[in-house]
Amino acid sequence: MEKIVVRDGKAQGVALENGEELSGRLIVSAMDVKRTFLQCLDRNDVPDSFYRRVQNFKIRGSSGKLNIALDGLPTFPALPEGSSLMHSDMHFIDSMERMERAYDDWKAGTWSQDPYVDMVIPTLNDPTMAPPGKHFMSVFVQYCPHEIDGRRWTTEEKDAFGTTVLDQIANYSPDFRDLILHVEVRTPQDIEDEIGITEGNIFHGELTMDQLLFNRPVPGYAQYRTPIEALYMCGSSTHPGGGVMAAPGANAAREILADLKRPNTVPENFGDD
Amino acid sequence: MKTEPVHQGRLESPFYSRLKALDTVNEWHQWKGYTAANELYCADTEYFAIRNATAVFDLTPMTKYRITGPDACAYLDRLVTRDMTRLAPGRVAYAAWCDDQGHVIDDGTIFHLRDGDYRLCAQERHFGWLQTATIGFDVTVTHESDDVAALAVQGPTSYSVMNKLVYGGLDDLKPFGLKHLRFQGNDLMVSRTGFTGDLGYELWIDPSQAEALWDALFDAGREFGIRAIGTDALEMARIEAGFIAVYREFLPADETVRSGRARSPFELGLGWLVDFTKPNFNGRRALAAEMRNGSTWRLVKLDIEGNKPAGDAYIFPKRSRNRHSIGFITSAMWSPVCKKNIALGTVRAPYGKPGDTLWVEIYYQREMHWSRKMARAVVVDQPFWLPERRRATPPGPF
Amino acid sequence: MTELAGGKWDAIVVGAGHNGLVCAALLAQAGKSVLVLEAEQQVGGAAVTRELTEGFSVSPCAHLLYQLQPEVCKELKVSPTLACEDLATIALSRQGNHVRIAGNAVTGVTGADAEQFRRFRKRSLRFARLLRGVLNRAPPRLGTSDWRDVLSLARMGFDIRRLGRDEMREFLRIIGMNIHDEVTERFANPLLRGAICLDAVLGTHLGPRSPNTMFTYLYRLAGDGGRNAVPRGGMGMVSAVLAQAARSAGAEIMTATPVRQIVVENGRVTGVETEAGELFSSYTVISNADPKRTVMRLVGARHFETGFIKRVHHLRSHGNAAKLHLALDGLPHVDGLAFKDFGERLLIAGDEHYVERAFNPAKYFEFSTAPVIEVTFPSIHDESLAPPGKHVMSAVVQYAPFALKDGWTEASRQRFLDIAMTTIAEYLPGLEQQVIASELLTPADIETQFHINGGHWHHGELALDQFLFVRPVSGAAQYALPLDGLFLCGAGAHPGGGVSGAPGRNAARTILKRERVR
Repeated sequence: MEKIVVRDGKAQGVALENGEELSGRLIVSAMDVKRTFLQCLDRNDVPDSFYRRVQNFKIRGSSGKLNIALDGLPTFPALPEGSSLMHSDMHFIDSMERMERAYDDWKAGTWSQDPYVDMVIPTLNDPTMAPPGKHFMSVFVQYCPHEIDGRRWTTEEKDAFGTTVLDQIANYSPDFRDLILHVEVRTPQDIEDEIGITEGNIFHGELTMDQLLFNRPVPGYAQYRTPIEALYMCGSSTHPGGGVMAAPGANAAREILADLKRPNTVPENFGDD
Repeated sequence: MKTEPVHQGRLESPFYSRLKALDTVNEWHQWKGYTAANELYCADTEYFAIRNATAVFDLTPMTKYRITGPDACAYLDRLVTRDMTRLAPGRVAYAAWCDDQGHVIDDGTIFHLRDGDYRLCAQERHFGWLQTATIGFDVTVTHESDDVAALAVQGPTSYSVMNKLVYGGLDDLKPFGLKHLRFQGNDLMVSRTGFTGDLGYELWIDPSQAEALWDALFDAGREFGIRAIGTDALEMARIEAGFIAVYREFLPADETVRSGRARSPFELGLGWLVDFTKPNFNGRRALAAEMRNGSTWRLVKLDIEGNKPAGDAYIFPKRSRNRHSIGFITSAMWSPVCKKNIALGTVRAPYGKPGDTLWVEIYYQREMHWSRKMARAVVVDQPFWLPERRRATPPGPF
Repeated sequence: MTELAGGKWDAIVVGAGHNGLVCAALLAQAGKSVLVLEAEQQVGGAAVTRELTEGFSVSPCAHLLYQLQPEVCKELKVSPTLACEDLATIALSRQGNHVRIAGNAVTGVTGADAEQFRRFRKRSLRFARLLRGVLNRAPPRLGTSDWRDVLSLARMGFDIRRLGRDEMREFLRIIGMNIHDEVTERFANPLLRGAICLDAVLGTHLGPRSPNTMFTYLYRLAGDGGRNAVPRGGMGMVSAVLAQAARSAGAEIMTATPVRQIVVENGRVTGVETEAGELFSSYTVISNADPKRTVMRLVGARHFETGFIKRVHHLRSHGNAAKLHLALDGLPHVDGLAFKDFGERLLIAGDEHYVERAFNPAKYFEFSTAPVIEVTFPSIHDESLAPPGKHVMSAVVQYAPFALKDGWTEASRQRFLDIAMTTIAEYLPGLEQQVIASELLTPADIETQFHINGGHWHHGELALDQFLFVRPVSGAAQYALPLDGLFLCGAGAHPGGGVSGAPGRNAARTILKRERVR
């Protein structure tokens, strides 16, 4: 998809990269708000004040990802052999100061030298994800900036970031390093390049007070509608935000159905009392 | 990196080997991290050991805190609603403690072991609250649940059993008194306390001496019908005694989320524990306001017609159900010793005054089919079971 | 039992800080018999003037007047004499390209920045005015059905709504924001960004990226539209004027009379006992001391309930601002600074990163190695502070955490003094050669000398979770503590610190109103 086509102040369809144009009665963007309005629309189609708001919407990448293929199951001396905790989400955090210092590195424009990781070995719960006896480790890392000192990452820097994380894991699992078959390193920049989320921020925008509720993504446009007729938003840039919870999508569907004067068929009211 | 393996799984009490040897039904549950027996052979038979002979219950998983330091008394006095300055060494007090809103966090017993040295015993863990309450006091709170093995020895022949075990010296031990004795050269603390509403004792000893104590106790008790029991039998005796239990009659205030789900001491029939003549204590302002404005809830003891236990039933003010329910049953049973269908419940004030007649809606199942019965329930004042021997000193041999 | 009856005095105020004096004066004006007890020889608390060395005087704690509420001056009929009504702010550059901010105007930056600043400032002042209305009222209690609380809350909502739809949205957006994001959105000039960041974090344990630093920035503007005045005779003069107002209204002030404890009998306050063992009785005791000192030390945890004590215990009240005072033989020549420019507020805060980096060590209980500094030379406006031709400097130096990792020692104080002097010399070269005498007060010194727990000039961190209904803690935000007869009137109470008189005035009004209700 290349552009959202707007004519007479109304979204008419989308233009594909291959030149094809698809028309639609409504266009609903699941992309983040910056990508939607700063990249996929003509500057002239977006009102100035809204455009400026979107420019100032904060989507700063802060986390990296390592996907590691392993020849066998690493051991963690902190856990008894065969511990069921290995099936769980594992963190290496022993002080708030280390976490805070990890953030200081990010503020200074580089990745954390002593990062903290959030790590799972999904193959323990679902062995079909790897050949028999092998394992896969998914590692979420903070902090990792979108850019290094305001410029793109170099290959050397990306490798160094990966090494920092692998060293951290090896600190807690002495046999881990010998089991590595393959490592895939994803910086926020890679996430942006591959998935298309601005700055690779997994929440499509920071979850701070100024970007929540009636302020998300932009004050006055927190109800999934946009200044452009027939164009809606349903991604994580909208209320309530990121996380695989589908709430922005469901909320958007409800608003759109109301605008279409159709009955609300979106499931709701799951609370107990 | 320093690594210490994490302990996983249930703990075994120091009496576990003895319980396991007596166990025939393999019915266990988890109690504060320990594995504990629901019943060992038959809950009903075990229940009759409490009322007719001597029952032995492993209390070790009970939560125990040691409270020491120059401000220990002042600390406890601010913590609980009772006057702790009047609790002499060698005495035990039943007490409740509240949050700032006057809602009960838990109830339990406070043992004044020696001058300025206390043990607080409760069903639930409260280290966070007890630790928070130390701010501004020169006092130390230590969690010692795992460091003290404890047995409840309860029933009409328990005095005889104990006398044989410790060779006398218990004649002057009054209810809520405690004594430091020796057992095979080690310290043994005996208190005249319990959760059965009957004559009984609780024994407190170092875990290393637990098995020896158990063996000696069962030797001493053989001729008096001693039996080990599980929690099911104890629960029956508890209801007959009219004692409240956490998660049945109330929730710890700090675990409630919805407003109106916590209870004040007045609402649990514990008004007699609240002492406005002493200085400040947690909940004082809120409880004083409740005294002025009236309580929302009232705990009732109900004598219900028929023989169908009224567990979880709604309570109505009239026989016809075309009015809203005013409360619900929290604990219920057919009492073999009282020959009555009894229950504890919580109703909205002003309903539930002693002597009032209320109605409970009992559902019961017979061969898959459900039936419903509206049963008359009379609010009673006294515990259902209150034998003379519970308070007699000395209790006398059986 | 009524609040102001019984005992010898209608009310006793513990501490003659400026808020204690304002509170005492207003109660005395209402015809109450009021006794003020002050530990030190002079009144004023943290708003005092004292000799640094022979012939040189400084305001050793608070040094600028920017928040004194006009309501206070009007009701007490006082107007402190000002040596200078409004200092400009100069963000210092090592290269001499200083940025100068005076009111809405900023020079030394691009036209775009200047225009952006004018808009930013205008909007900030509008929001600060809204905040000002909040400062001068006791906060409503939440969750009650009392019509006064409901009305007060509704008024707050109405004031916000009255901003207009767009401005209301903007207010609700930025109030929880950090100042770093705000300045990087708006300004290109690093010195301008740094200066605004510094104003937002002065006196707090916050860095530019910390939450709600936009709020702390607005709070600073909320007093007197962001004007920074220099009172003639130092801050002590302001306190002296307030003390005079209290005395002429009939209040009695006893200095050099430290209070040992506030006496509690039968669950209510009945008076105070001094260190000398003297008893003064009153059913109304108003503490100008900080909440922690009042509750934990002067009364004692025994007399409060656990949940409340926990909240007081966890009140964040560790100061980070050190004060540096210099007696100077003269002023150096600095590129780009005229003589009269030394009379303005000079800021050392290179950019937002510089301020954030200065803050980083404070999180780990270490002091900044490149601190941010607010420098003033009050003697330029007020010759009474120094001998002719000579000068005094008074500076706030951040960050110097109260709970330094290894504790404050003579050696660590000297090390931080050296760091501060080196930093100043980079921006004001030659100043170090003019020094006749110097003094550095760490937050630990401020605690000892001014009796403020943690040495925090707000008596408790200024943050949205310690503001309004929850300042200092919930259950005590309406000046009355949960102990009959005991009140707070200092910076720890709503709205907070700064020489504003607002907590003292609000406390007095609350106490008088309670009496009327009864």
